[in-house]
Amino acid sequence: MKMIRVSDVSKSFVLHNQGGAVIPVMAGAELSVAPGECVALVGNSGAGKSTLMRMIWGNYLCGSGAITVGDVDVARAEPREVLRMRRELMGYVSQFLRVVPRVPTLEVVAEPALRAGVAREVALSRARSLLARLNLPEPLWALSPTTFSGGEQQRVNIARGFVHDFPAMLLDEPTASLDATNRAVVLDLIREAKARGAAIVGIFHDEAARAEICDREIDVSRFAPGAA
Amino acid sequence: MTPLLQARGLTKHYGARLGCGNVSFDLYPGEVMGIVGESGSGKSTLLSCLAGHLSPDAGEVIFDTRDHGPQDVLRMSEPARRMLGRTDWAFVHQNARDGLRMGVSAGANVGERLMAVGARHYGDIREQATDWLGRVEIAADRIDDRPRAFSGGMQQRLQIARNLVTGPRLVFMDEPTGGLDVSVQARLLDLLRGLVREMGLSAIVVTHDLAVVRLLADRLMVMKGGAVVEAGLTDQVLDDPQHGYTQLLVSSVLQV
Repeated sequence: MKMIRVSDVSKSFVLHNQGGAVIPVMAGAELSVAPGECVALVGNSGAGKSTLMRMIWGNYLCGSGAITVGDVDVARAEPREVLRMRRELMGYVSQFLRVVPRVPTLEVVAEPALRAGVAREVALSRARSLLARLNLPEPLWALSPTTFSGGEQQRVNIARGFVHDFPAMLLDEPTASLDATNRAVVLDLIREAKARGAAIVGIFHDEAARAEICDREIDVSRFAPGAA
Repeated sequence: MTPLLQARGLTKHYGARLGCGNVSFDLYPGEVMGIVGESGSGKSTLLSCLAGHLSPDAGEVIFDTRDHGPQDVLRMSEPARRMLGRTDWAFVHQNARDGLRMGVSAGANVGERLMAVGARHYGDIREQATDWLGRVEIAADRIDDRPRAFSGGMQQRLQIARNLVTGPRLVFMDEPTGGLDVSVQARLLDLLRGLVREMGLSAIVVTHDLAVVRLLADRLMVMKGGAVVEAGLTDQVLDDPQHGYTQLLVSSVLQV
């Protein structure tokens, strides 16, 4: 039983305001991830690692082929089905922190758990323990993360991704801009998620981290259009 | 699950000119849908048709009523539609002055809507009004002041309190953060997001501000020249726009 499955996926971008240029970026992409497995997407910059990850998350449309996460056919699902998938099935540690200004860090971190239906007190205590593990100073928890440093925002993003035990996870450069101590904490969090059975797809430029926690690598440059 | 609101083929002309053409969508309970587009794209016309402020030339607006299930709002009797407007529906105007009674106190503005649905006990009404002023962060000692004495941001929050006090299930918002300072906008967004989640509200938000929809809306419709040119998940439409107009819109946003 695979938790995340990508089969024969292609994608191209059509730039209507630049003469209708069609830019094919991916063809015949294949990927499947079982519970408890961590698969790394590798390939040169521009090879399509992020594109593939975004198609799984559903913020990029899948051109053709099929993408399923649990029981949700992401490539064909209605918006509300994709929203349910994000609420119940999949966590996402992205490189960008997009939050409503003024909302305290603790609430930002607890939000995915609250959305998944976890009781408020449980979600907040989970958020506190993650922020503490990630060494984010407690006086910052009541502040909005919008003014935090890059490394601090990154840790808020990580805490947000791990605050709920999602059966599937997407990790986009989770160890980027972290010091050695926090990098080790993140690797532990990923190990724990694997141990409880999460299916994980990650992008890691950090080769040592990749070697330590990933079970397999998928070279996405194989899916470049025209590559055989 | 039954959609809370279904629009079917909504069309409105102003003389020979198209206001909005053949718009259809389903809105499910708890969903927030954004409608974006430039001035004159038909987004406000569509909102007015949906909310019953304008009667469309063609189409249906089917609302899942508490008592009688899905009903075509456009074919309801006028009293039934007015009742809906006071109970299950709320409309937040861009200009708070259009949604408030400027000549009566803040407390009366909130209490009035409660009285319209049958509340009569003065103590209860005042208590609920005070509670709602608190929820929209207006100090209790301002309850007897008239909205004229409030700042723009406070007026907008008072309008929201007045609208939400009766526990509506569907809120229409027309540029709710338009004309406010950015710091006030942020506060209002935070407030709206919290209320939508706590109360399980569905909402339709018309705005030209893409940052507002990204933070507030689950789904997005993009309008141009009266027609819906693209619709989908908010982050999908903004991150991977398919239509030329949406691509132009997204690429025209100034970065701060």
